[in-house]
Amino acid sequence: MLNLPLANMLTEPVGVAHYVTVGAILFICGALCMATKRNALGVLMGIELVLNGANLNFIAFGSQYLRNDAHSLGLDGQLMALFVIVLAAAEAAVALAIALNFYNNHDSIDVDRADQLRG
Amino acid sequence: MAPFLSQYIWTWLAYTIAGVVHVALIINLVAVGALIFIWLERKISGRIQDRLGPTRVGGKFGWLQTLADGIKLLTKEDLTPAGADHFLFKIAPYVSFCASIAAFIAIPFAGGYYPWIAQHLNVGVFFVLAVLGLEVFGVILAGYSSASKWSLFGAMREAAQVVSYEVPLGMCVVVPVLIAGSLDLVVIGDSQAGWFTNWLIFHDPFTFIIFWVYCTCATASVNRAPFDLAEAESELVAGFHTEYSGLRWSFFFMAEYGSMFSVSILASILFLGGWHGPIPVTEFLGLSPENGPVLGYLGQLIGAVNVIGKGVIAVCVMMWIRWTLPRLRIDQVMATCLKYCTPIAAAMFLGATIWQLQLPGKAFFGLKDVSPAVYAIGDGGSAAKPADTEKIADDQDRIARSTLAAPKLAQKGL
Amino acid sequence: MMDAIYWPSFFFFLFSGLACAFGIAVLLSSNIVRMAFYLVLSLGATAGLMFLAGAEFVGAMQLLIYVGGTLVLLIFGVMLTSQERFVVMKTWAGDWVKAFLAGGALLFILAYAAFSIPEWRGIERAEAEALVAQPSVTPIAMGLLGARTDDPSRSGYLLPFEIVSVHLLVVLIGAAYLARAKRSRSSIEKI
Repeated sequence: MLNLPLANMLTEPVGVAHYVTVGAILFICGALCMATKRNALGVLMGIELVLNGANLNFIAFGSQYLRNDAHSLGLDGQLMALFVIVLAAAEAAVALAIALNFYNNHDSIDVDRADQLRG
Repeated sequence: MAPFLSQYIWTWLAYTIAGVVHVALIINLVAVGALIFIWLERKISGRIQDRLGPTRVGGKFGWLQTLADGIKLLTKEDLTPAGADHFLFKIAPYVSFCASIAAFIAIPFAGGYYPWIAQHLNVGVFFVLAVLGLEVFGVILAGYSSASKWSLFGAMREAAQVVSYEVPLGMCVVVPVLIAGSLDLVVIGDSQAGWFTNWLIFHDPFTFIIFWVYCTCATASVNRAPFDLAEAESELVAGFHTEYSGLRWSFFFMAEYGSMFSVSILASILFLGGWHGPIPVTEFLGLSPENGPVLGYLGQLIGAVNVIGKGVIAVCVMMWIRWTLPRLRIDQVMATCLKYCTPIAAAMFLGATIWQLQLPGKAFFGLKDVSPAVYAIGDGGSAAKPADTEKIADDQDRIARSTLAAPKLAQKGL
Repeated sequence: MMDAIYWPSFFFFLFSGLACAFGIAVLLSSNIVRMAFYLVLSLGATAGLMFLAGAEFVGAMQLLIYVGGTLVLLIFGVMLTSQERFVVMKTWAGDWVKAFLAGGALLFILAYAAFSIPEWRGIERAEAEALVAQPSVTPIAMGLLGARTDDPSRSGYLLPFEIVSVHLLVVLIGAAYLARAKRSRSSIEKI
């Protein structure tokens, strides 16, 4: 199951599981940022962290140093990560434009004030 | 160096020593370079303005003036403004300095079989561009955390300028990459071996024009005059580094001169031949590694002197332009970027692509033939293995042709 | 002892420690500019992790686009919207407790699932040291143009490449339109 003696960590090459765990930690930090921050730009930073965690997963599955079996993604992993980076940048630009518009109209960047559509 | 040393001492110690030596060399180059450039700037500006510049410290030419200034800066009081964010205020100069020096990790000073490069990256050009764009963080943090209007305005203007000029800069850099066939700086430099007619600046008229666009964009990217309104002394007190004094201020200046030097060396490698001089003296004298380690070392040394010499000349030209032309306004800076540099760079990129398709393997405006050994360097490998690169290039060509042919055949209904 | 350490693993732990530490710092900090700075460092460490996994091109792209572009944009946004100096907005303690419970549970599930697959634990050290680094730029470039040189049985990425280019153009126009300077309500009332 979970046998993970710590002495082995520095002497053996790391595998996909280690990268996936790091990606999971970044994902959870980002998701918690999105959930708890009141500043709209803080939420945007959470989104960036989430996308980075997912990116790290793609890179890990496509790396020849981490897994060598027939199911490795190969270059597809790196190509998908490339597209994720580009699309994340595009989405950050639009999200920032929306946040700026909100700030100009309401003079506050607090997401708790965005309740005009509340039923 | 590390594999050589690891024959005598433990591997981890060999790698540590090699790393430390490389870092020490690079920091020395940047710091001593900044020292010399500041003195050179004061002398050149003095002569252009019909005066002498520093003449007292260190003899007739005042060449120790910068050292005296540095000692004076060390003894100044290290103050932080009252309303400033202390952590960000203190760390901003270091961020700028780190980004400026990190670009030198991937820049080769001599090429060939054993390139003089700290880290031989496959994506050298891309890495240098990426790191040069990180310097803007130090500026933004400095401006914001100084709790002063002038710093904030200066920082925002400078950040907008650097980020906008990264676009035409990237397009200008892509043209030599396209002609040489690789993102590896060692390969790009080695594809210009021989006489100065092989230099990429003379490859076709489009690359010639792209070189001048690169000069403009590089000057704007490092915030030198006439694009230096972020530090405009006449308008903003001193821009983003108003509140800095003593050694922290000098870190910003070392970062600025460091990035000036790195874009100049990048220009010399991409366009001006790099470590290959105008006349191939090393070939005539037989100074290559095949004739023994000492002669090989001398050949590489002459190459390194070439690269640094061309970089210094380019920096002097930047200083010359600074003290000659008036400063541009921010709207003129943005107009130059978006209305002139970017369209010209895009058009020249298209022209260079078409030229390379129609006249491959020729240098000096299509009048001279490049030897096949030099031409094959760009196709999929480093300069060290010309025989293997042809095989790899053939394999990739064959696979590409077969993959592209299949959809065409499918379209024809076969 | 030093020879027994597998140095790529050491650097993996260094970079991943930095990335996770700064990620948690982004979560716990309340000053928006410091959050942006910690995010820069976290994404820089992630780029280092990508270089370690052999994806050099993607690592350089991460530095150029994410750190040098997206985060500069973010910091501009931070400066344009924080009217008072270092404005601070706090979350209630109850929210933090719920968030940490949910986050901790998810982390445990993901880590457990990841480590329970034997092929994902890593390859043998002898096998790893025998691997030869392969340049990844040319195959990626050819793949984006539609010709897969590394594995001809897989398809190229020309269509996604074109779609992403058009998408970026649309986003450019859209964001510029959304963020154009409009007369705000307060200046109209003054007239």
